[in-house]
Amino acid sequence: MRKPYQILFEKSREGRMASDLPYLDTPSYDDAIPPKLLGGELPLPELSEVDVVRHFTGLARRNHGVDDGFYPLGSCTMKYNPKIGEEVANTFAALHPLSDEADAQGALQVMHSLDVWLSEITGMDKVTLQPAAGAHGELTGLMIIRAYHAWRGEKRDKILVPDTAHGTNPASVTMAGFTAVNVPSNAAGGVDISALRKLLGPDTAGLMLTNPSTLGLFEKDILKISRLVHEAGGLLYYDGANFNAIMGVTRPGDMGFDVVHLNLHKTFATPHGGGGPGSGPVGVKAPLIPFLPNPIVAFDGERYSLEHDRPLSIGKVRSFYGNFAVYMRAYAYILSLGADGLLDASLHAVLNANYLSAKLKKAYKLPYNRRCMHEFVISGKLPNGVSAMDVAKALIDRGFHPPTVYFPLIVEEAMMIEPTETESKETLDLFVEAMLDIARLAKDDPDALKRAPETTPVGRPDQTLAARKPRVIWEAECVKG
Amino acid sequence: MRSYLPHTETDREEMLRCIGISDLEELVDDVPDDVLASALSLPEPMSEMELRREIAALAPKELPSFRGAGCYQHYIPSVVPALASQSAFVTAYTPYQPEMSQGMLQAIFEYQTMIARLTGLDAANASVYDGATAAAEAMLMSRDATKRRKVAVSGALHPDVLGTLRTYAATLSLELSVIEPDADGVTDPGRMETAAEDAACVIAAQPNFFGCLEDIPALADAAHKQGALMVAVVNPLLLGALKRPGDMGADIAVGEGQPLGLPRNFGGPGLGFMAAKSKYLRNLPGRIVGETMDAEGNRAFVLTLQAREQHIRREKASSNICSNQALCALTALIYLSSMGKEGLREAARQCVNKAHYACDGITRIPGMKRRFNAPFAHEFVIDATVDGETVNRHLRKMGIQGGLPLSRVYNGDNGVLYCVTEANSRSQIDALIGALEVL
Repeated sequence: MRKPYQILFEKSREGRMASDLPYLDTPSYDDAIPPKLLGGELPLPELSEVDVVRHFTGLARRNHGVDDGFYPLGSCTMKYNPKIGEEVANTFAALHPLSDEADAQGALQVMHSLDVWLSEITGMDKVTLQPAAGAHGELTGLMIIRAYHAWRGEKRDKILVPDTAHGTNPASVTMAGFTAVNVPSNAAGGVDISALRKLLGPDTAGLMLTNPSTLGLFEKDILKISRLVHEAGGLLYYDGANFNAIMGVTRPGDMGFDVVHLNLHKTFATPHGGGGPGSGPVGVKAPLIPFLPNPIVAFDGERYSLEHDRPLSIGKVRSFYGNFAVYMRAYAYILSLGADGLLDASLHAVLNANYLSAKLKKAYKLPYNRRCMHEFVISGKLPNGVSAMDVAKALIDRGFHPPTVYFPLIVEEAMMIEPTETESKETLDLFVEAMLDIARLAKDDPDALKRAPETTPVGRPDQTLAARKPRVIWEAECVKG
Repeated sequence: MRSYLPHTETDREEMLRCIGISDLEELVDDVPDDVLASALSLPEPMSEMELRREIAALAPKELPSFRGAGCYQHYIPSVVPALASQSAFVTAYTPYQPEMSQGMLQAIFEYQTMIARLTGLDAANASVYDGATAAAEAMLMSRDATKRRKVAVSGALHPDVLGTLRTYAATLSLELSVIEPDADGVTDPGRMETAAEDAACVIAAQPNFFGCLEDIPALADAAHKQGALMVAVVNPLLLGALKRPGDMGADIAVGEGQPLGLPRNFGGPGLGFMAAKSKYLRNLPGRIVGETMDAEGNRAFVLTLQAREQHIRREKASSNICSNQALCALTALIYLSSMGKEGLREAARQCVNKAHYACDGITRIPGMKRRFNAPFAHEFVIDATVDGETVNRHLRKMGIQGGLPLSRVYNGDNGVLYCVTEANSRSQIDALIGALEVL
């Protein structure tokens, strides 16, 4: 059911107002700004409050969140976002980051507690909350690795990255001033150890790993890998995107990782917000603590304080202390679940994934047909040229957000499925039913799938046109739809 | 005390049977014994009621405040949190499946349009983390556009922005040349022109950290004479009063969007906005939403120019950014929609007027002087006969959060940086002046 929708600017009418400031009751200083620097005539829309409310209420109806339905995106951990988190998130809404420390003790306590708890959960020695997202955490962690080697007088410019790695890994490597070296996977989907041995050398700064991998498989040789990397003089980096599989089960610190980042907007249930804000805390082992970004939160048993004077720190990676209101939600989540709750969450995430894979493998190829962790990859390649894309679009018509498609790259027509622990058996059964129905249609009526989605406000958009003739702002001419 | 698990005992049994195992622990058999964790040492879990009590006890007292320095108190219309908290936005993922995400995609497209119009430039991206990382990304954009490895920056940038630029520059072996402000409180275009030789870009803020208004057109000229790009770091709310960076010769405009409807929240989340001339569109990092059509001719929005991004280009991507500040961008969009053309102008006007009223009142007090001569918008530095921490302690005792004692960011600087916005009432300002009179 196609439904066009007006752009905000199309609703603007001269003279309409929605804002409501009190009258200015101080004297006028209207020539304070020199004419050369004076502006204020802005081509912004003029809307009434009702216009604004209806516009954004309607836009919300053209969107789909976890609160609307199943969202099995691999490595995204689209678990339920607890509403108590929303309630407490803005507890410190009016607190200025540069407030006197005496006025900020509550906020500093939150930060310090998270440092301690996340260190415990990951088996690391200290955590910074400054990075704003997972990729930002990767960059920060790599900067720390770089600073560490430089301080030891060692010239190491390569970071090894598995071919199954998320795209941010090699991109972060480049942004951190290193060269990315690709490490192939073996037939079982783990790191190819003999290839790794050949690639490790005196120029290796480190290896970035996700465990479980993006195939949802636990790297059983992790202790051997960690030993090999350390023997070569490198450091081991943990990408925490898949941490939801192992909370309370095992800890990256115990597996030999030196630097870890977490995605609070995945594992710790802070909402994804349509693409952010996230939070990517970075944990390190003791030798790397001096390099953490400034400031860190210290506690002397009575008072919390911010320590800025740290000569070996990599400095600042952004303003202030990170996405505070985001990690405030993670604070609430950890206090709600406790140690047993976190373990339970991971075990049930793995239960749900294995249940789905057992049910789907009759109709879809499962390239790694073994126990998976919290996610697994199937091939969406079906008869009659039906692709993962077609399966995805057909799922939309059946009320499900599709899984991740075309990643990881080593599986043809990949569909990466991560149900998370907060989905019921009924939801999973309905999803299986939809997937089996699609597989059947691929044989009997592939055109039906090629037409999908048919129930959404728009059909498949022309991506080629969008890239060839980019229109990234609205212009009054050429109005379409 | 819960994991939000829907599973009943019956569910678990059926599922385990389907998988072919007999208990949950078998699910993690792949994890070697020697890395299995013992029970995590964390606080006892709390029920919602207990959690509410625990967190309420941490809540700070709200004081009238005259502190800015990169994080600002502004009026947030009631529609902003009401509309931005709709769960179809809050609990959604990045709109990679466009047909079911037209809501968020259109919102981001409208946000990009707002930012372009606000800054007087041609294109904007869907956001980066904050103003500081936006400046860093602009530095990298300029490097890629000019193939130069030197950057000339004003020393009057916010210390966290300068700090972030230093960190990113050091990591990528870019040479950072810092031109300190002169006695007037602004950056000298002549000295900047010299520093900009072989530079990829010149970076300056409007207003700068000390609240002073820079001669951005002259700085842009200086940059362009040397073949460098002009990057302006601007306060978006004050664009209701100040000339737009695009109208002053900036090639790229970035800044911290927190003033546009985001509470202070101890410094985060913020909003890094980025806008650029159309020739630099493909250098912009991160997500960008574009307008297109579906096969039936309906207008549709998609993430576009993805070939720049990490999930396609991997180690060759222009930036590693994946998650951005989408919900904060939506918040800013709703704020700007609600305030509108006249509301933003009025908010900016009130900030400037109230700040000048406060500055006049303070400088009439014997011993209190404004440090810089340059024109200012809503922030100014005052030197007193005593140091900034003493002033601050005195004000705090009277229940006021005064300006920022500059010794907290510059060793030995005894001044105080005050900020006054439309959110400060006249009686709050008069109380501040009264309190300083009895210092």
